[in-house]
Amino acid sequence: MSDKIIKKEELTDILKALKETYEVIAPVKENGFYSFKPFKDGGNIDLNFTNTRLSPKSLLFPQSERIFEFNLDEKSKDGYIVKEHPKDYPPSVIVGIRPCDAKAFKLVNINFDNPEFKDPWWVKRMEAMTFIGLGCNEPSSTCFCTSVGCGPFNEEGLDVMLFDLEEYFLVRALTEKGEKLLKQGRVDKDVDEGLQKKADELRIKAEKKISSSVPTDKLKEKKINDLFNAPFWDDVAFACINCGTCTFLCPTCWCFDIQDEVTKTVGDRIRNWDSCMFPLFTLHASGHNPRPEKVQRVRQRFMHKLKYYVDEYNNGVACVGCGRCVKYCPVNVDVREVFSLMNGL
Amino acid sequence: MADNPYLPYPVKIQQIITETEDKNLKTFKLVFLNKEDEERFTFIPGQFCEISIAGQGEIPIGIASSPTEKGFLMFTVNKTGVVTRFIHNMKEEDIIGIRGPLGNWYPWEKMEGKNVVVIGGGFAFTTLRASIVYMLHPENRNKFKDITVVYGARSPGLLLYREEIAEWEKRDDINVHITVDATDDPNWPYNIGFVPTVTEQKITTSEDSYALVCGPPIMIKFTQPVLEKVGFTPEQIIMSLEMRMKCGIGICGRCNIGDKYVCKDGPVFSLAQLNELPKEY
Amino acid sequence: MIRYGDTIREIAKKILEEKTVDLIIGFKKGTLPITTEPVLIKDAQNSDQLYWDSFCNMNLANYLPKRGEKIGIIAKGCDSRNIAVHIVENQIKREQLYIIGVPCKGMIDRRKIVSFLGGKEVREVTESDEDITIKGEGFEHTLKKNDYLQDNCRTCMHRNPVIYDAIVGDLVEERKDPDPYDDVKEIEGIGLEERWESFSDLIKDCIRCYACRNACPLCYCPTCFVDESDPQWVGKSIDPTDTMTFHILRAYHCTGRCTDCGACQQACPMDINVRTFTRKLNKDVLDLYGCEAGLSIEERPPLDTYKPDDYDKFIR
Repeated sequence: MSDKIIKKEELTDILKALKETYEVIAPVKENGFYSFKPFKDGGNIDLNFTNTRLSPKSLLFPQSERIFEFNLDEKSKDGYIVKEHPKDYPPSVIVGIRPCDAKAFKLVNINFDNPEFKDPWWVKRMEAMTFIGLGCNEPSSTCFCTSVGCGPFNEEGLDVMLFDLEEYFLVRALTEKGEKLLKQGRVDKDVDEGLQKKADELRIKAEKKISSSVPTDKLKEKKINDLFNAPFWDDVAFACINCGTCTFLCPTCWCFDIQDEVTKTVGDRIRNWDSCMFPLFTLHASGHNPRPEKVQRVRQRFMHKLKYYVDEYNNGVACVGCGRCVKYCPVNVDVREVFSLMNGL
Repeated sequence: MADNPYLPYPVKIQQIITETEDKNLKTFKLVFLNKEDEERFTFIPGQFCEISIAGQGEIPIGIASSPTEKGFLMFTVNKTGVVTRFIHNMKEEDIIGIRGPLGNWYPWEKMEGKNVVVIGGGFAFTTLRASIVYMLHPENRNKFKDITVVYGARSPGLLLYREEIAEWEKRDDINVHITVDATDDPNWPYNIGFVPTVTEQKITTSEDSYALVCGPPIMIKFTQPVLEKVGFTPEQIIMSLEMRMKCGIGICGRCNIGDKYVCKDGPVFSLAQLNELPKEY
Repeated sequence: MIRYGDTIREIAKKILEEKTVDLIIGFKKGTLPITTEPVLIKDAQNSDQLYWDSFCNMNLANYLPKRGEKIGIIAKGCDSRNIAVHIVENQIKREQLYIIGVPCKGMIDRRKIVSFLGGKEVREVTESDEDITIKGEGFEHTLKKNDYLQDNCRTCMHRNPVIYDAIVGDLVEERKDPDPYDDVKEIEGIGLEERWESFSDLIKDCIRCYACRNACPLCYCPTCFVDESDPQWVGKSIDPTDTMTFHILRAYHCTGRCTDCGACQQACPMDINVRTFTRKLNKDVLDLYGCEAGLSIEERPPLDTYKPDDYDKFIR
């Protein structure tokens, strides 16, 4: 499918047309911060943002999700038998996701969808989701996507890419799913050469604007135990307060907890986000804890993202350079410094 | 494996046996409610299951029965927390769930044609029991050369599977050395001494051998040098580890040691593998 | 205020060289223009890492509990009161500390700056006594610091450190302005149902990251009540009931001990004003017992003090 062009004002109408078949999710501004919310008729979507505060990972992986249900009635024939909680997976489209967050979904997908085990809820939601990305014309000073295998116009994980050309969007279908969606939205006006050229230049301009970068070339060759026993962890970890901010805002963090909650004789099994930063993350029932000290937990997070993931999947680091942890860490623990320390050991 | 790896198979508690005199260890014999589940469930000694109790949670427990024992699964559970306390209070005929088989298994292919030394301490003997029953089975016995077992507990009343072990001790196709740290029974017929000490006395060669070691950290700490002195290389020492788990299928990110998940790449690791990983367990 | 940096570095270098302390806990310049990072310095040569500006907002007393060394610590008014609370609660000994007191006219709320810029990024910041100049791509603004202070700094009644071994500048005048609890009174004036709705609305964005709890110096329990699993007091999902339980109960655990340092509000990534609950309880303690937390190391907090002539019969 060749590149198409739409006027910016047409976007709302296109989304309304898409709503007939898809659940549409778009960025919305609330109290000065952006987040992805379902698109309501008459709602304002606002694509004038750098990025949302919370990553869109909660769309495929909600923070709290009921996965099973059961009743605890001994007289019932299915008492104490755990059953699936019925869910449906309507076709959905997310509009305006940034290339870093889209690539993050691909990185996390390797964890949830692998040959031995497939997480049924993630897999089904991934299949049902179409990703319309918005390339970044103005990266932020905390973005370092280009040095971790991503970029302001990176296409991995996207079905459609939007190029912001002031009054217009150039719309490029990247996959069959994307083409299908554009046909549904009746996006069919071909772009003219002039705007096409401008769009192609956007990528180059944006990549030049990325001012922050991290070294990653030597991470694979370093030995795990050398990095693990490195002398810099105490310095890196001192300020850290072991909250869950970085892990919850990060689009590539995926750790979760499973809890049963019961009211009288009915109950649910719930999956919640969890964080390796929390002290109880690895606590054994016997009372033994492999990571009782803060520095051990901080080290675990960086070793996982910058080393264990690299070794395990041969797919680069588990980081897309979105910069959220840098911006929102209450005590300014900067992952970019850790990249330099680890790569340069 | 079920299509949804988080969904447990429903099972019924057929029998509960209190193993130890302090009542903290109970063995549960479980049978599947659905025949298709039972047929689908094939496992190899060394693997574990997540035992799932609706309303309480799940616990990873090594399978104590061997695949050669048909019609039931056996798990020995130590009472130590919320879920284990609940299961200890359950009755025969109660319904629970299991997910599995999970994890990897002892390296049976490598062990064929070799001597096998089994060293266990306290209540870590569960998957070792599965392994011994498996090896002693007529179909399997001649795959292995000499089988030696050193198993110890703090006192006679804390030994698991006492009757079975006494039977094994009488057999001539397996050398069983039972020991206790201390006892005030004047007629105690077996050894008295810590597991590492008895190991040192009874294991005299490492040639063509594999050692399966499972026990509390302190026992492992002192047994390892004993084995190394006899000549066991890190590749010949096989251990089964414990870790806090939730999903049991390598997805929730909790049970890692370095880049390996104990629930998926383990729980069985050779000492050589562990030496490459950070000491965080 | 801007000279403080030099004085802090001087004092730090001296007490490290003379081995008066084993280490210093202070701030270093952040990797982003309007942030700072808490730092631990052991070597006198590294004392020039220490830095001071109007964004040194975290409460360094948070890093004290359970440490055994002799520690030099930088403390503003609120921080020093939290140090006093730690001493009274046996989390650290007075003899271990060399407190470098910093008289403070208030920290700037970096979210107010971000909000003022409406999406544009700060690249450079310079400060003078009254003003702050922020520069970015295509703009430069000079603002009055007083207009962008953190909410807790606007109502602060204890700007000078209450306990210190050295002081880096002249003591500043304490605020004598009207009632610091106007915001609490406003909420007290609302009807109960409306109040509950406003609380539910306040915490609806909470993601249970526990940044507020972990940034708070008072929260040093080995296992927090929300983490306890045997028995489990609070659910771990983002169910609004569980989230409300966490916030309100945590506020109650801080009653009579909270110094309103604002670290909780600054730490929250979702911009929730968690001080709403603690401020009400601070006001109640002041009204009922005439006490404010941490003003002296001789006094115990009112809620753990028993007097035989207590006017409440239930306690006898």
